[in-house]
Amino acid sequence: MLAVSSQLTPARSQMAFTLGFHIVLASLGVAFPALMLIANYRGLRHKDPAALELAQRWSKVAAVTIAVGAVTGTVLSFEFGLLWPAFTGRFGEVFGVAFAIEGIFFFTEAIFMAIYIFGWKRLSEWAHFWTGVPVVIAGLGGAFAVVAVNSWMNQPDGFTISSSGQVTKVDPLDAIFNRATAYEVPHMILAAYLVTGFLVASVYAVGMLRGRRDRHHRLGLLIPLTVASIATPIQFVVGDSAARAIASNQPIKFAGMECVQHTHRDVTEYLGGRCTSDGVKGGIAIPGFDSFLVGFSTNTKVTGLDSVPASDRPPANTMLHWAFDTMVGICSVLILLGLWLGWAWWRRRDIPHSRWFLRAAAASGGAALVALECGWIVTEVGRQPWVVYNFMRTKDAVTGASGVWVTFSATLVLYTVLGVATVLILRTMARRWRTEEIGEAEVPYGPSEPVPPRETTPPAETTPPAGRAR
Amino acid sequence: MSTADAVAVVLWVGVTLYAVFGGADFGAGMWSLLAGDGERGQRARALVDWAIGPVWEANHVWLIFVLVVLWTGFSVAFESVMSTLFIPLSLAALGIVLRGSGFAFHKLARQIRYRRLAERLFGLFSLLTPFFMGAVVGAIASGRVPVGNAAGDAVTSWLNVVSLLTGALFVATGAYLSAVFLVSDARRAGDSDLERYFATRALVAAVVAGAIAVAGIFAFRADARYIYDGLVGDALPLVIASALFGIAVLVLLWRGERRGARPLAVGAVVAVIWGWGVAQYPYLLPQTLTIKEGAASSATLTGVLITFGVAVVVVLPALGFLYTLAQRNVLEEEGQVPPSR
Ligand code: HDD
Ligand code: HEM
Ligand code: HEM
Repeated sequence: MLAVSSQLTPARSQMAFTLGFHIVLASLGVAFPALMLIANYRGLRHKDPAALELAQRWSKVAAVTIAVGAVTGTVLSFEFGLLWPAFTGRFGEVFGVAFAIEGIFFFTEAIFMAIYIFGWKRLSEWAHFWTGVPVVIAGLGGAFAVVAVNSWMNQPDGFTISSSGQVTKVDPLDAIFNRATAYEVPHMILAAYLVTGFLVASVYAVGMLRGRRDRHHRLGLLIPLTVASIATPIQFVVGDSAARAIASNQPIKFAGMECVQHTHRDVTEYLGGRCTSDGVKGGIAIPGFDSFLVGFSTNTKVTGLDSVPASDRPPANTMLHWAFDTMVGICSVLILLGLWLGWAWWRRRDIPHSRWFLRAAAASGGAALVALECGWIVTEVGRQPWVVYNFMRTKDAVTGASGVWVTFSATLVLYTVLGVATVLILRTMARRWRTEEIGEAEVPYGPSEPVPPRETTPPAETTPPAGRAR
Repeated sequence: MSTADAVAVVLWVGVTLYAVFGGADFGAGMWSLLAGDGERGQRARALVDWAIGPVWEANHVWLIFVLVVLWTGFSVAFESVMSTLFIPLSLAALGIVLRGSGFAFHKLARQIRYRRLAERLFGLFSLLTPFFMGAVVGAIASGRVPVGNAAGDAVTSWLNVVSLLTGALFVATGAYLSAVFLVSDARRAGDSDLERYFATRALVAAVVAGAIAVAGIFAFRADARYIYDGLVGDALPLVIASALFGIAVLVLLWRGERRGARPLAVGAVVAVIWGWGVAQYPYLLPQTLTIKEGAASSATLTGVLITFGVAVVVVLPALGFLYTLAQRNVLEEEGQVPPSR
């Protein structure tokens, strides 16, 4: 047993790190194709070459991020066995079908992404546009399937435990449509659109701050920022209902997020502060507001951490509390940014002229990313010590193999390099777009350049690959 | 056939597809590593890029398919394999990251130095990854994976003659398959020099793979008796078919005839994989866990089968579309099948 528990810390760290990395690429994989299609549509509909060119560039960026997302996702699939064999061994039959369904979406996404990139010069304009649509749908479906599993970990359903401790009466559909799916899935999908929208917009905002104010940059800012600004207020509402659902379904997670020590009514809401065993120290206190948020009345009773033994409470309450507050705070500020854009557009059909608007837009991408990671911290750390809420403890799920410290260290180094390389590659692409064209052959999934003709072979025109690479 | 057997068949279809498509993909990486820097080496590498560019990811989704079907349909087997074989599987995962990102980045890297680095990573880990996967398979086949969370030996389970030979066999088979495919690709590209180049390599790889396979038979006889008995018993027709296909490819290549080599090479690999499946039946983990004992509850198995059915209907036409599109402008002869990768 000692050997087992010694793997717990590195295993959790590795899972958190690899998932935290994948989720960024996954978000881009979910939402980038939609932005690309919006630009594509605009380009075709309004005969707008700049929009078309944006769509083409974005499809190449999406190819790179999807490729890295696929690689990091494969690692996650391994980790279900390498890090948490007992979890998968016991419950794989319950949550597995969701992943099987996800497989269909992955295939569809990979195949149509390749077709779309291939199709730029090989299909008629509208046929090409339509080959992008399955990519968008597959992104939504894929997100649904994985996040349904995560929801299931929060609200396990679709099985019973027999008196001998066996998992029986498995119902995969009940497992997929559990009580948390209804809010987690839309919340994640919105988060993906929000993160992608603000990230892409911030790239163009930086360009405009540097004085590049051409049509490319305006469109490149406007399309993603509009999408994200529409998603943000909806996200606020969905997140708010998630919080209320958690207060009733996972009350200890909620108590940890809000640092509620004893069950009582008229609970004070704290913004920030430090969580201690006698409640929050510091921070901004709003009396009664926590109860109000949970039940629309200050008289609502909120469950406290001390209603369960210490061994059943989540760790790191201050971090949890801050993560939650940061997510909500960022969402609120981003709503203001969207309102600013909407107001200027309504008044003048233009983006706000102030440099401060561009600065805010430039910062919004990073902020949305922080909110995304904070959200996962709330979900995952808040669920601790359970991996399957109330059914399996994380420490009972971990591998009995030794050496997770080694793989975690290797992962840290490898992913750091991978992350840096991805960013550098994307920047190189952008720079080359400003100076020269970058060929479709160079991105993953893209067709290859022709095989260089050999001196003795006939001239290139007659060798078929040359024809194909044009 | 029980539902559990049907899911095992689905799993095996996935294994087969991964062995053929993924194996050839790995092999292509090895050839790009071994091609060297000369003018011809560069042309060989360009051919590899050209051949696997649009489909490199789709080829590897089969691996995920296998993992998911295994953990959903046969959760306990998944738990046992992934925990006992932690080391080779971690190394395989590492290899997948490095070869995947190496391939995704190599054409985008600006400086030649980084481009070469990405290419080398792609090549080197195309060689190491199938080796570790083969070692895993050898460990399972030789009954070294007991049921439970890390219940087997972390090291000797895969560091033994059977596992090492199986690993080597995987590497050689990937190289062989991919060389045969590249012969056809070179022909389509109208490069008769590369056609000869890969034909020679296919011959060498075939001989090496054959030699390893023969050595493997002795090792299996000594150390993986259950599988050996199956291979020379119920599975014998498949083993013979595989050998015949393999020899036929050799003869074709030797005589400079390239047509028909590709389906025969695929046939040889498919036959041996199904031979192995028949030999191992009814065990998931030979002689410790049968398909029946290891199977998930019936609702889950049905769910997997339905999902698989949907996948066949949705994914196959899409894949076909992609391959056709990739081939459309380049088909030399009417009716030529697109390279099946
Ligand atoms: C851009 C990202 C982003 C933004 C702006 C928000 N969220 Fe969020 N939130 C996430 C991104 C996210 C997430 C990373 O996507 C999570 C993790 C799990 C999930 O489904 O979504 C999440 C989880 C999550 C949870 C935990 C769900 C669980 O444990 O099952 C709650 C209670 C909230 N959110 C609440 C909110 C509220 C009230 C917000 C706004 C006012 C908000 N979120 C904005
Ligand atoms: C994709 C975004 C996700 C992120 C960023 C994320 C983050 C994390 C974090 C931070 C931990 C460590 C918890 C801790 O240290 O207390 C963790 C653990 C874990 N996560 Fe998630 N998670 C994500 C989604 C998922 C999903 C979709 C699943 C399953 C389908 C999952 C399965 C697990 C498991 C099995 C563990 C280990 C047990 C545990 O510590 O809870 N995670 N994840
Ligand atoms: C434990 C959790 C997860 C696992 C095991 C996992 C697994 C995978 C795998 C195996 C792939 C590669 C598929 C391919 O080859 O195309 C992948 C890619 C992808 N994943 Fe994840 N994933 C997880 C979490 C998530 C989450 C939470 C999301 C939701 C937004 C997500 C969305 C995607 C998408 C959209 C892709 C396609 C590639 C891309 O666009 O980047 N994944 N994932």
